Amino acid sequence: MILNLTVSPDFAPDHISGWYIFNTWLQRQLGTRVHLELYDCFDKQREDIKAGKFDLVYANPFDASMLVRELGFKAVVRPLAKPDETIIATNAESTINNVEDLQPGCQLVATDDPDVNRIGMIMLEPADLDGDNTKLKTVDSYIIVAKHLLNQQADAGFFLKDAYDELSDLIKNQMKVLVSSEISVVHHALLVGPKLQQYIPQIQKFLLNMSSNEKGKGVLESMDLDGWEVMTDEETEFMIDLIDTLID
Amino acid sequence: MSEQDSTDVREVVINYYDGTSRTAKIYDREIPYPEGKLIVSRTDTKGIITHANQAFVDMSGYSQDELIGKNHYILRHPDMPSVAFAGLWETIEAGNKWHGYVKNLRKDGAYYWVKATVIPNIRNGVVVGYTSVRRKPSRSKIAESEALYKTLM
Ligand SMILES: Cc1cc2nc3c(=O)[nH]c(=O)nc-3n(C[C@H](O)[C@H](O)[C@H](O)COP(=O)(O)O)c2cc1C
Repeated sequence: MILNLTVSPDFAPDHISGWYIFNTWLQRQLGTRVHLELYDCFDKQREDIKAGKFDLVYANPFDASMLVRELGFKAVVRPLAKPDETIIATNAESTINNVEDLQPGCQLVATDDPDVNRIGMIMLEPADLDGDNTKLKTVDSYIIVAKHLLNQQADAGFFLKDAYDELSDLIKNQMKVLVSSEISVVHHALLVGPKLQQYIPQIQKFLLNMSSNEKGKGVLESMDLDGWEVMTDEETEFMIDLIDTLID
Repeated sequence: MSEQDSTDVREVVINYYDGTSRTAKIYDREIPYPEGKLIVSRTDTKGIITHANQAFVDMSGYSQDELIGKNHYILRHPDMPSVAFAGLWETIEAGNKWHGYVKNLRKDGAYYWVKATVIPNIRNGVVVGYTSVRRKPSRSKIAESEALYKTLM
């Protein structure tokens, strides 16, 4: 048997090797082949998931909704203490000091990360801004989002908070944060497809024990995770309901 | 609220749909929406609160214990027309998503405005409760809602 694993394309590029290390680790634990496929584009990945190509998906919260409600996946674990939060930032020298200073017609810059962009747009609502009265430029990475702000090619940019925090101080010192989300209950999750649900207890056990041995700890570090915690069906449903209220 | 002038306070009797009522102190004082947060609560199918997040506790001024098991109308502000909530219940009981701007009453009598979205929680095809998620509204939407609600009182 081969298990097919994929990971939401929104993690920092430095952790790519970490996911390959995880793949090898998981393979050893389960005693079965695991094949990891990474994508740099959300749409293509979603197409392949919908086509039934994957058994295990480390999904961003918006895709988790689709996986559970439409494709019958089940969440097994979530990363420990790692909620997905969004930052809206601008150039440090800008005259804009809070979201309400942004005006209709302003230029935004973001990646194609669906949850960050959705939360980012919600945090612009207090300024009466939406997709119709702003211009959005989509770029390939958060570094490029930052560059657009430093070069004053955009008035505001959306960042995954983790990615923002990992930018160098040199870059961060030239930006200022307008608002940072504190939602805390929206996060990534590792989900198992409908064909493999009898393995959930086993997979869960291996993942929960990961942080209690040296080998597992090393693997977690390479993925920039502290560990995993159980995600019950009701917790998953709760998160999906919450996300549902954020989609119009 | 120690610096509040006592002339800012009025006592209002709030009548609820279920025939109960209470006398509430109302201060004409707005508490700003907390930046970046979502205020989240869940109820059973009757509108009894079953879950409230920390932002809900902080903004409402009630403790977790005071909220869980209470009817959600505990937040009802007398400036909110009951037809707004009739629309809410009609929409969610039909299984749909409701959006609206709501002025909420805090325990201390002050108020805060939210943009609320309420959805039914469907489990195995059955509605088991409702989730409400609030976010920061714009000043222009608040002004529009204030004007509209006055005409509906
Ligand atoms: C999930 C959920 C959240 C609600 N949140 C509020 C709220 O924040 N403020 C409020 O006044 N009513 C809220 N309501 C509506 C109340 O149940 C109630 O209808 C309203 O306060 C009006 O009271 P009345 O029905 O007694 O007139 C909520 C209802 C549901 C189902």
